[in-house]
Amino acid sequence: MIFSMEAVEESLAEARQTLRSGQTRSVAWRKKQLRALFELIHDNEEKIFKALDDDLGKHPTEAYRDEIGVVIKSLDYSLSNIEKWVAPKKSSVPMLFFPAKGEVIPEPLGVILIFSCWNFPFSLALDPLIGAISAGNTVILKPSDQAPACSSFLANTIPLYLDCKAIKVIEGGAETCERLLQQKWEKIFFTGSARVGQIVMTAAAKHLTPVVLELGGKCPTILDSFSNPRDFKVAIKRIVGGKWGPCSGQACIGIDYLLVEEKLASTLIDLLKKIIKRFYGENPKESKSVARIVNKHHFARLRNLLKDPLVAASIVHGGSLDEDSLFIEPTILLDPPLHSEIMTEEIFGPFLPIITLKNIQESIEFINSRPKPLAIYAFTKDETLKKRIISETSSGSVTFNDVMIQFLCETLPFGGVDQSGFGRYHGKYSFDTFSHEKAIMQGSFFPEIEARYPPWTAFKLKFIRLAYRLNYFGLVLLLLGLKR
Amino acid sequence: MKGLCIQLSHHNSILFHSRRSTRTAYKNPTKFSIPYFSVSSSSSFPKISCIASTPLTTEVEEKLTFDVDEARLLVKELQNVFKSGKTKSYEWRVSQLKSIAKMLEEREKDITEALHKDLEKPELEAFISEISTSKSSCQHALQELQHWMAPEKVKTSITSYPSSAEIVSEPLGVVLVISTWNFPFLLSLDPVIGAISAGNAVVLKPSEVAPGTSSLLARLFEKYLDNSAIRVVEGAVPETTALLEQKWNKILYTGSARVGRIVMAAAAKHLTPVILELGGKCPAVVDSNLNLQVASRRIIAGKWALNNGQACIAIDYIITTKDFAPTLIDSLRRELEQSFGQNPLETRDVSRIVNKYHFSRLLKLLDEDKVSDKIVLGGQSNEDQLRIAPTILLDVPDDTEIMKEEIFGPFLPIVTVEKIEDSFDVINSRPQPLVAYLFTNNDQLKKDYVQNVSSGGMLVNDTVLHVTVDGLPFGGVGESGMGSYHGKFSFDGFSHKKSVMYRGFEPDASVRYPPYTPQKQRLLKALLSGKILAIIQALIGWF
Repeated sequence: MIFSMEAVEESLAEARQTLRSGQTRSVAWRKKQLRALFELIHDNEEKIFKALDDDLGKHPTEAYRDEIGVVIKSLDYSLSNIEKWVAPKKSSVPMLFFPAKGEVIPEPLGVILIFSCWNFPFSLALDPLIGAISAGNTVILKPSDQAPACSSFLANTIPLYLDCKAIKVIEGGAETCERLLQQKWEKIFFTGSARVGQIVMTAAAKHLTPVVLELGGKCPTILDSFSNPRDFKVAIKRIVGGKWGPCSGQACIGIDYLLVEEKLASTLIDLLKKIIKRFYGENPKESKSVARIVNKHHFARLRNLLKDPLVAASIVHGGSLDEDSLFIEPTILLDPPLHSEIMTEEIFGPFLPIITLKNIQESIEFINSRPKPLAIYAFTKDETLKKRIISETSSGSVTFNDVMIQFLCETLPFGGVDQSGFGRYHGKYSFDTFSHEKAIMQGSFFPEIEARYPPWTAFKLKFIRLAYRLNYFGLVLLLLGLKR
Repeated sequence: MKGLCIQLSHHNSILFHSRRSTRTAYKNPTKFSIPYFSVSSSSSFPKISCIASTPLTTEVEEKLTFDVDEARLLVKELQNVFKSGKTKSYEWRVSQLKSIAKMLEEREKDITEALHKDLEKPELEAFISEISTSKSSCQHALQELQHWMAPEKVKTSITSYPSSAEIVSEPLGVVLVISTWNFPFLLSLDPVIGAISAGNAVVLKPSEVAPGTSSLLARLFEKYLDNSAIRVVEGAVPETTALLEQKWNKILYTGSARVGRIVMAAAAKHLTPVILELGGKCPAVVDSNLNLQVASRRIIAGKWALNNGQACIAIDYIITTKDFAPTLIDSLRRELEQSFGQNPLETRDVSRIVNKYHFSRLLKLLDEDKVSDKIVLGGQSNEDQLRIAPTILLDVPDDTEIMKEEIFGPFLPIVTVEKIEDSFDVINSRPQPLVAYLFTNNDQLKKDYVQNVSSGGMLVNDTVLHVTVDGLPFGGVGESGMGSYHGKFSFDGFSHKKSVMYRGFEPDASVRYPPYTPQKQRLLKALLSGKILAIIQALIGWF
C-alpha cells in the first residue's frame, strides 16, 4: 500500500488531535494500550512466527528469544513501573529561596515517528513503541518495507488492538519515508544505517525535531586466553551464539569480528567449527536454526564482500552461498586484509573475521583506530584488561564474558555513541527518551529580598555577593548593619 | 572580517551588512551557508556600523586566516590531545575548573567592564546574572565532580544472573560551544564548565555581537586554561561556518531557532548530537489574587532588570484578566518609577540595546499603526545612546510582529482575557516557550497551569530564579530547543553513558543455543509467560 501525502497528513492530523484531547496523558490510557499489546502478542503468536519465518527464516525459538520475549519483558517492566516514572521528581532548592520548591515533571513530547528496521522487525518496532506509549505520546510507526510480512502484520493487527486514533502504522518504502520526514514531529526515533540516519537528522533539523539514532557499526569481540578450558569452551559457545544466533549475523549488536592472540587462533578455529557443527549440524543449509539473508540485495552485498581474492583466500570455514534459498553458511575468515571492505564496513551477515594480534592488549589500539562501535564484547578474566577496555575505549556498551545480554537488561541504557548513533532507550530510558522533563519551580510572595531589584546600590551588591556564596551568617550580619 | 557585520543573533533573520566589504561568506567554500543565510543589502539599515569597533579591527583582521582548513587543523589537534587521555583525568578537570574559579575571582573587574562596553550592563546586574552565576556553577561542579564521575551501579535482573552492571560516564571527545551576546559571559562559561567537567576538549565560539566580552574570553582562556585542550575561536558567520563543517562530538548552541536549524543540519552530516538552547515568547500569566507589589517587582526583575528584556528567559508578554489589567499597569508604573526613576532614559541601572541593528528592529516593532496606539507607558528612545525606555502596551492585536516574534527588548505587551484560565489557550496556540511564568495564590490554577501548559521550564510566583537552581534542568522543548544543561545536567549532556555488564561463565544454559528444538521453544515460552518468570530465568541464566 502506498500512502499519499494526503493520507500521511491525515494520519498525522488525527494523531495530533488525539494528543491535544489530553487522553493519552492519563496513566490508565497508557496501561490500557500496553495491556492491549500483550493481548496482541498472545493472540497472534503463530502469525508472528509465520511472518518472521517468511521474512527472515527465523526459527520460532530464535524469534521468541530475540523478538517476542524481548517485547513481553519490556511490556512487563513498563507496566509495573509506569506509576513511578510519571511521578514528579523533587529537586533541592537553595535555602536562600525558601520556601520555594523545585520539581521535574515528565510530560509527553507529542507525536512521535518511529522508523524500525528489518532485522528484528517485530521487537525494534514494538520496543520503542512501548516507550512512546508509556510516556503518553501518540505515535506513527513506519515498519521496514524490507521485512514485508512483518510490516503488513503490524499494519493490519495493531489497529485491532490499540487506540487507532493515537497509534498508527504507515507502511511503505523510501517514498513514504520522504513524505513522513517532511512533516513536523516532536521526536523521531530511527533504527538503521548511519547513511539514512544522516538523512533523517537533516530533515529533522528543519523542524527542530530531536532525534534518536540507533545505528550500528563493527562490534568487536576480544577473546583472551583462559587457563580453564571449560571457560574457553563456554566463551566460544557464546561467541557462536552471538554471531550466528541473532538473525544470522544481521544484527547491530551482533559480533562483527574477533580479536585474538596469534597462538590461540588454531585452537579457536577448531573449537568454532566443532560448535558450529553441534549447533547447525553437518549441513547447516538444512538447519532450521539459522536465519536467512533478508533479500537478494543484501545477499549480493554479502557475496561481494567475499569477491576480493585476498578475502576469499582467508576463508577457513564455510563460504558456501545459495542464492535461491538466500542462505549463507556460517563462515570464518582468518586475517582478511584490514583495508578490505569486510574489515571497513559493518558486515551484517554470517561472516566472522578473526584478526590475530601478538598480544591481546593491542586490541585496545585496534578498536580505537576505528569508529566507535555500538558494543564491545570481551571474554577475559584479566581485571587489568577489563579496566583498560572500560576506560580507554569508547562504545555504546561493553559486555564482559557474554554477548547481547546487555540488550535485555532494562536498567542499562541502550544506544550508541558517535557513528553508532546517539540517544538511548530501554526501560526507564525509553520513557525518558519520549518525555520532556519540565522543570518547575514554585516560589511564594514572602519573603521578599529587596536586594534583587533596582535601583542598584553598593549595599545590594554586597548582599548578593554573600547570598551567592550561601554565606547566611554574613547575610545576617549585613542586614543587622554589623558588616562592612 | 572588516566591514562585515553579522547578527548571528537571537533573531529572525541573519543579515550581512557590507560597508566596504570585499569578503563575504560567498567566498567561503561552504555548502550550507549559502541557501540558508539571507543576505540583505545594507540600504535598509544605512547607518549600521560595523560591530567590531576600530581598536578591534586589527585583531579581527589577523583572524582572517581562520577558514575551513584552519578549523580542520584545530579539531585534529584537539582530537589528538583528547586521544592522549589527558582531559579524562579527574585531576585535569579539577585543575581547569579551579582556574576558572580563580579567573572569576581575579578578573571580575575586567568582566564587568567588558559587559559594560558591550551592553552597558549595570555592575550589579552583571554580577548577579553573569559572574556569580558562573561562579556558583563552577563551584558546584568542583564540589560534585567526583560524585558525578563515579560509575553508577545498576541492578541486573535475574535474567542474566549472575552478573553485575554499571553505567560509566565517559567524555564525548571534542565539543563545540557556540554562545550568544545577551549574556555573553555566562552563556559561554556555563556550557564550557559542563564540557570540562565531563572531560572533553572544548572550542568556544563567543558571539561577535558582544565584541568586548568575546575578546576578553579569548584572552582569559589563553591565560588561565590549558590551551592544548580548551580554545576560543572568535569571529562571525564565516568562522562559525568553518567550525560547523568539522566533525564534533557534540555541539551546544545558544541563540535563535533559525540558526539552530542550520547548526543541526550541519551536525547531521557528521551524526553529531546537539543541544539547542533557543528562545521563544515566554508568557507570564498574572492572576488577580496575589501580592501585587511583590509580583510587579518580580516582573520588573524578569524583564527590564534582566538585560533590558534581551534575554531568552525574559518575560515576553503578560496575560491577565480584562478587569485586572488597569490595576496591574498602575502597579507596574509605580514600581518602575521606584526602580528606574522619573526619567527611565537617564538611568544607568538598566542595560542598553546591544547595537543599532537591534535598536531599529525594536523600534520597527512599535512602528506599526496597530501597535503604536496601544502604548500605555514609555515608548521613548534615544538612538545615540541605544536606549529605549521600559514600555508597556495593552491589547496589541495578535497579527502584529510584536505579538508574533520574540521581542527580545524592553517592550511588555499585556494581553487580556475574560477568565484567567483562558490564558492556557493563548499560550498553547503558539510554539512552546522556554519558560512559562505564573503569578497567583490559587493552588488549583497552579496545578492546572503545570498540567496544561507545555514549556521548557516553569516558574510560579517569581522570575528567572529557576535558572540558578542546579537541581533543575535548563532547556527548551519544540521551538525553544532541545537538550538541557546546568549542574549535573551539564555533565550528563557532555558525557556518553556507557553501559557495562559483567558476566561469569557459569551457569550456561543450553536453551539459548541452537539447534532449536520444540522442547527448547516450549521451555522458553513457559519461562517467559506468567509471573514466575524471574525465578525460572535464574535457572536458565538467559532470559
